Amino acid sequence: MINFEIDGKPVSVPKNGTVMDGANQLGIYIPHFCYHKKLSIAANCRMCLVQVEKAPKPLPACATPAMEGMKVSTHSGQAVTAQKGVMEFLLINHPLDCPICDQGGECQLQDLAVGYGASSSRYTEAKRVVANKNLGPLISTDMTRCIHCTRCVRFGQEIAGIMELGMAGRGEHAEILSFVGRTVDSELSGNMIDLCPVGALVSKPFRYSARTWELSRRKSVSPHCGLGSNLVVQVKQNRVMRVLPRENEAINECWLSDKDRFSYEGLNSEERLRKPMIKHGGEWQECDWQTALEFTANGLKAVKEKHGAQSIGALCSPHSTLEELYLLQKFIRGLGSGNVDHRLRQSDFRADDHVQGVPWLGMAIADVSRLKSALVIGSTLRKDHPLLAQRLRQVVKQGAQLNLINPVDDDLLTKVANRAIVAPGSMAAMLAQVLKAAAESKEVEVPDGARKATSTVSVSDTARAMAASLIDNKPAAIFLGNLAQHHPQYTDILVLAQHLAQITDAQFGVLGEAANSVGAHIAGATPDRGAPDRSGSLSAAQMLGMSAASADTAGAAAQPCQAYVLMNLEPELDSYDPGQATKALSAAELVVMLTSYKSQAVMQGSYADVLLPIAPFTETSGTFISTEGRVQTFNGVVAPLGETRPAWKVVRVLGNMLQLDGFDYETPDQVRAEILSAAPDVSSRLNNSLGGFAVGDTGQKGGGIQRIGEVPIYQADPIVRRAESLQRTSDAAAPVAWMAGALMDKLGIQHGDNVRLKQGEGEAQLPAARDDKLPVDCVRVASAHPMTAGLGGMFGEIVVERL
Amino acid sequence: MLSAESIKKIDREITKYPADQRQSAVMSALAIAQDEKGWLATETMDFVAGYLGMPPIAVYEVATFYGMYNLQPLGKFKITVCTNLPCALSGANEAVAHFRKKLGIDFNETTADGKFTLKEGECMGACGDAPVLLVNNKRMCSFMSNDSIDQLLEELSK
Repeated sequence: MINFEIDGKPVSVPKNGTVMDGANQLGIYIPHFCYHKKLSIAANCRMCLVQVEKAPKPLPACATPAMEGMKVSTHSGQAVTAQKGVMEFLLINHPLDCPICDQGGECQLQDLAVGYGASSSRYTEAKRVVANKNLGPLISTDMTRCIHCTRCVRFGQEIAGIMELGMAGRGEHAEILSFVGRTVDSELSGNMIDLCPVGALVSKPFRYSARTWELSRRKSVSPHCGLGSNLVVQVKQNRVMRVLPRENEAINECWLSDKDRFSYEGLNSEERLRKPMIKHGGEWQECDWQTALEFTANGLKAVKEKHGAQSIGALCSPHSTLEELYLLQKFIRGLGSGNVDHRLRQSDFRADDHVQGVPWLGMAIADVSRLKSALVIGSTLRKDHPLLAQRLRQVVKQGAQLNLINPVDDDLLTKVANRAIVAPGSMAAMLAQVLKAAAESKEVEVPDGARKATSTVSVSDTARAMAASLIDNKPAAIFLGNLAQHHPQYTDILVLAQHLAQITDAQFGVLGEAANSVGAHIAGATPDRGAPDRSGSLSAAQMLGMSAASADTAGAAAQPCQAYVLMNLEPELDSYDPGQATKALSAAELVVMLTSYKSQAVMQGSYADVLLPIAPFTETSGTFISTEGRVQTFNGVVAPLGETRPAWKVVRVLGNMLQLDGFDYETPDQVRAEILSAAPDVSSRLNNSLGGFAVGDTGQKGGGIQRIGEVPIYQADPIVRRAESLQRTSDAAAPVAWMAGALMDKLGIQHGDNVRLKQGEGEAQLPAARDDKLPVDCVRVASAHPMTAGLGGMFGEIVVERL
Repeated sequence: MLSAESIKKIDREITKYPADQRQSAVMSALAIAQDEKGWLATETMDFVAGYLGMPPIAVYEVATFYGMYNLQPLGKFKITVCTNLPCALSGANEAVAHFRKKLGIDFNETTADGKFTLKEGECMGACGDAPVLLVNNKRMCSFMSNDSIDQLLEELSK
């Protein structure tokens, strides 16, 4: 530790600490623009000049290393004169457009000009003007305001992992720009807006829509990826105007992914459902709540009497709150049915009889920043969990090794030590190789449950390198991504990964796909386990009549229901096999949808019978349990739109109408207390292990051409699908059929040709595109998109025909 | 994109730096590319970025920072006259005036026949020889009196 003095107060900082670190510790504010605690030191704004005893001139606090016995003055005559001098220079070219600048009121330059600026300028020459740049649909530019702090440039290089902005030119001609007209496409780009200390980079969707001081700031939690990023939602006149990060070092640090930041546009979408609707004779008609609720209750009662309670099923979204999910399952179980599930994109449910707890990250999110080695299976991590990918990127920079088993090889913007890009059908076999290599290296037996799988594979060099990476670098972790969880052999992958983690002494995590993936399990929104008679405890796949992915599973027969209650779902986009899902729903007698949106698919489709408008996360209080098991409760930030009601109230009233016991809640707090009183310690229920499941043959499943159907980042849930600006980014580009060159040659297809894709009865027409990094005989076709909603399962055989 | 010969030259520059720091060779690589192409088009910079494994914008930063890189096509001979203080005191302004008169162009302009481009330069580190100028970044000419300028232009015009 180095001891020194700032403004007469003693302070000590670690070796390599700076004067700025010491000042932050003491709570002494030194004015600055380019310094940011998460970015490298540039020392180019010069605003933080301070006086140091015996130094011949003022020194920048952010870049001056603390030295033993140093005496620093931050407010002495010399320091203040220097700071005022710098401010005068910064203001020379800065326009006086604060009254129309979106940064006004929250601008560091404006604030510091109050303290350090002169009341009039001595500069009488012409000011410079810099042309604005088009950086894409999210960031708006006013480059004349730029003070060249380069925070945005450093953010790209250091945090986002891709340098998209740079400072071109020199001296008076220096300006921030992207390489000749390119846009900024990083999925973390919105953070540049926060980092910009002036109004040069501002939010394009928010532009000119409010003054910052008119906004009330309310705390919330992100409903998208499993991280549970903390939000500040800014509201004006009962409308969400903007979303900013709420700093939480243990979760999102000071960052936010673009999905969390800009998806609020979906909350104000034209497609929001404002009144309940009932379909009469094929026509949708608006009605009042009483009518809609009676219709629903009577309909469910009728189906129960006619077909039995077990023909009723509930499907819900892991983006819903803990309270909503709990009440929905309580409602369905109260009716006498155990058919409830939130895992609509999952296809392999063999694990259900063997689970020992709730699947979770296996560690705290903050601990990811301490890993020395990680194996990610089935995830393009920067699109699925942008901020988790950011943490891994930082540790890789410090020497950690990232290993990847995945069917697609998108640029992760980080160094990948070992990668195995294999067809979906070979992922389990690849993992078995790594397991075998690890067992050989550690000289232990492969556990019984995986012996059959490992006996048939021969270990490749890549597998050996991955095993060595996990064994030699500690702490290590194995993560199963979204794609692995949707995979038809999920259980095999899970068990193999579990054994690999045991042998290599690595931590083992399942990345929560949605904000409340863990919470949905805690709420009980899963079918009963181990029931001898499977009817009445159907999984999502069984309820929707999908044939089980693995034929060797007992009792996995498809059993479509007669009545469905759907909550916060768009089945044609949110399920594993949208074609089959729509078919099963259309064949049912009654489909009740609790939804925030009236989509084209529902309005023109034939499956839904009644729509009950429910509140999205900003209009209700609720709880999400994040992938690390953190329970986060939030309040509504605006009043429900139109006649929308919080879903927990809707289900409560339905429970009352059907005279079910235990639906007398007054507040969501009571619901939460009931859930968490049964098991106050959520962490004790988290466990990824399966007991007594033996992996069978992991050989290549299925012949022909295999589909790789990942979920695009901005198609994952109903809110983000309606966020207009995000839908204009390059990540939201219309899906194409990606194939390796060899397959295109075999099929006689050129890049750009239209092809017809067929899965079972479903088909779609898309342009073909070439990606030689894909495994052979695979075609990558995004799911969860209206253009591919007619197709079948996210994986499995697909037919490609030239048009 | 670049000729095999240029690539060979760039490879030689790369060997001067540690293997994981190829981008250290960006300045020489741009100079070599410019020697071959005459100027640095966006595609040329893109190619250099790809070859050195660095972001295109980082290459652009370097190319726009230094005066010796041409981001537009220029005349056959680029004449860069230093106008910093020591040169100015020793007659650089007169030299510039003479160029203007002789060639009929101002700074950053090219003669109609595409032969000469006049550029204003910064200190070239040879103040004792002032006024100095550079021809195509490579050839330094000292003590540029009007006579010497006439001689130089005559020689280059041949």
